[in-house]
Amino acid sequence: MRCTERPGDFERRRRQLEAMSDEELHAHFWNLAEKIVEPLIEEARTHTTPSIERSVLLRMGFSSIEAAGLVAQLGERQLLARGAGRLVLELAKAKGVTIREAGCGLLDGRYWEDLEA
Amino acid sequence: MKLSPDEKLDIREVLKDLEHYRPKRKGWTWRVKLEDQKVGPFVLKDTSETLKNSIPLPSAHNFGDIDPQCDFVITTEIASGRFEDDLRRMRMAAWHGCDHIMVIRTTGQSHIDGLIEGTPEGIGGVPITRKQIRASRKTLDAIEEEVGRPINYHSYVSGLAGPEIAVLFAEEGVNGAHQDPQYNLLYRDINMHRSFVDAAEAKKVMADAGILQLDGAHNANATAKDAWKVTPELFVQHAVNTAYSRATGMPAEQIALSTVPPTAPPAPKLRLDIPYAVALRELFAGYKFRAQQNTRYMEADTMEATITHVFDTLISRLTSADVQSTITPDEGRNIPWHYNNVAGVNTARQTLMSADGLGNLLEIRKDKPFRRQVRELKQRAVLFLEEILENGGYYAAVAAGQFVDAGYYPERKGDGIARDAQGGDGAGSVIRREADYGAPVCSHFGDNVYAEASGKPCDAYGGCTLCDASKIQYIDELDPEDSVEKRLKQPLAEREAGLLRPEVEKHGDGVVCVTVFVPHEQRVAEAAALEMAKHMGLKEPAIISRRLMHPAEGSVFEIRGVLDMAIRLEELPVEPRKEPLADSEIESWVRPRDIHVVAATVGEDEHSVGLREILDIKHGGIEKYGFHCHYLGTSVPLERVLEAAEATGTRAVLISTIVTHAGVHTQNMTRLHELAAERGLRDRLILIVGGTQVTDEMARECGLDAGFGRGTTGRDVASFLVERMRAGERAGSD
Repeated sequence: MRCTERPGDFERRRRQLEAMSDEELHAHFWNLAEKIVEPLIEEARTHTTPSIERSVLLRMGFSSIEAAGLVAQLGERQLLARGAGRLVLELAKAKGVTIREAGCGLLDGRYWEDLEA
Repeated sequence: MKLSPDEKLDIREVLKDLEHYRPKRKGWTWRVKLEDQKVGPFVLKDTSETLKNSIPLPSAHNFGDIDPQCDFVITTEIASGRFEDDLRRMRMAAWHGCDHIMVIRTTGQSHIDGLIEGTPEGIGGVPITRKQIRASRKTLDAIEEEVGRPINYHSYVSGLAGPEIAVLFAEEGVNGAHQDPQYNLLYRDINMHRSFVDAAEAKKVMADAGILQLDGAHNANATAKDAWKVTPELFVQHAVNTAYSRATGMPAEQIALSTVPPTAPPAPKLRLDIPYAVALRELFAGYKFRAQQNTRYMEADTMEATITHVFDTLISRLTSADVQSTITPDEGRNIPWHYNNVAGVNTARQTLMSADGLGNLLEIRKDKPFRRQVRELKQRAVLFLEEILENGGYYAAVAAGQFVDAGYYPERKGDGIARDAQGGDGAGSVIRREADYGAPVCSHFGDNVYAEASGKPCDAYGGCTLCDASKIQYIDELDPEDSVEKRLKQPLAEREAGLLRPEVEKHGDGVVCVTVFVPHEQRVAEAAALEMAKHMGLKEPAIISRRLMHPAEGSVFEIRGVLDMAIRLEELPVEPRKEPLADSEIESWVRPRDIHVVAATVGEDEHSVGLREILDIKHGGIEKYGFHCHYLGTSVPLERVLEAAEATGTRAVLISTIVTHAGVHTQNMTRLHELAAERGLRDRLILIVGGTQVTDEMARECGLDAGFGRGTTGRDVASFLVERMRAGERAGSD
């Protein structure tokens, strides 16, 4: 529903707030703000994005170019929901190779069958 | 890398071995306030430690060259497109008291889904890359040694690649960053789900790295039609970003609200802006405040901008601030020129030193009408928040266009920025995490199978880059054709060849600015002014400021143009600077000799200050060395000067001539020489002239012994007198 033009009706709307002390008004302000961000932070807690996944791979010691390549390919295969970092780490463990060997191996076209298994 | 104040920054040295450079420290640094600090002749109330090297305010020479530093961090914003040129600008700003360098990103970086590498040239800002940050941080690490104070480096964690940029900043020691998902969706049309999900990760990384976060609410002010009407919404935007940041684990002391006094004169600025500033500081007590200066109403007139910015800064002192940001006075007319960064910084520090201890003198009234204004603003903000929830939450409210409406909330014009929750850049890229989702790294936000394990999530492979920096993968350049190496060829060759060009932004850009008043109706005057600039040899002249003095009598213009020429250093006639004798040497020679001098301002000239400063003991004048000074006053005829010289057995005559109308100053000089010769006194007397328009060369051409211009001190004059008399004595004894 689009917010349309409306005259200033502040005097009417403020009435409900007049009884509050300054402290109560401040508490009410923050209470509302926290309520507003609650569903947003819940979404963030339970979701990820390509940028988050690339940022994880950067932290695991991949360059920005390698991270971009890996996340693009993992995304195409619908694998990002498990976490790019987790996939690479578990692959490295399973293959007995380093993190970088696992990730660069994927970029070279190897190990994909292990991931999708 | 070590800097020396008399040497230029060596960009080759900056770029050397960047692959292995690690920042000296991480996290934000505040200035430490020192109560009742004695600086020169004053005890100051609101200052921090002084610097090892700095350039004081121009008037400081009257107070023993003191350069007190206020207790607020002072920011300058830098954006030229070439980071290698910005480094010199940062150094100049630091010498003027700036300790927060904010680097604006190149146009369009928000929409790049990933990191940029190398050193491509930017537009309206710099492409933020690992190499660029390292080179800048390395330079700032050296500059902070040079000035003796930590310098905070800052850029933006926004756009599509927020989490990656946050990691990059944490790894490379960036100290402050803007992070506000609302900015992404309102002003960059980046998908709102993507913006908020990314923001949580970015904020977590920033929080752990000690990076100070600035929000983006000031943008609503800068873009609103009537900036003061958007104030209720500003509280809301601050609150959404602050509450969201807290929910990701960011501590209050790392959250700074970016706030700007919304109005500018002729609006009743203080009356509108102070209630807002007070309401904000009350609602957000416990958080930090980054006080910005007004941009919304700044136009081409740099003086007007400066005056508004003085009042903005005064509001900071009257209420509170932790960071005082500055806006260059020329931002309303061009991409800031480097010396205007310094001008902006000086506006803040001059104002803050003027207002030192203001809290001991003034407080904002707490009586009913004022408190009512403050409370009204808070109530409007609360109603705004209530309506967001009534509308179905934040995303629905944005989709409905509740934000950036031109009405004074709850009034609405129906022109707010509306965004589709499923649209925008990056739409559809948010993915639900599966139950076994994992991210084996530090500073990760949200559900993560590795977070539950004891120890760090990155222990399984020996640590992530935030724990072990040696794992960071450094990329030098991707496109050698668009790189700093390529751009440096010409500047370095010119420097090698000893060529000098004027500049305002980038090396050797040749840009100069001239001021021209043309006494005619404005349209014609403007055309004439441009022609005049062409005759001065300026290429591509453009009017950057026009100010009407009178519809018929004329206008004044500032004209930017390119002076396409270089000066060869080796061909430059530079006279070696002569150091005056030491005070002790002058005094020990003068005192035993009982030397008399006669001094006067001559002709029809009532100026006395300059000459008194040269003579009087209390101004450090020549009396202090033991000269007996006979000051005759102002508008003294030359004949009387020489009569007095004869009567007192004077060895030297000092005349001052300030008025230059119709060449009267040079006539006075010549006449003094001639009259002295006529009276047979010329060989006995040393004749000296001083004045703002006087040069030594001019004085000698007129037959006098020396001339002293602007900036002369008593020591300069005394030193000359001693050397001349000493030479005379030696010649006499030969």
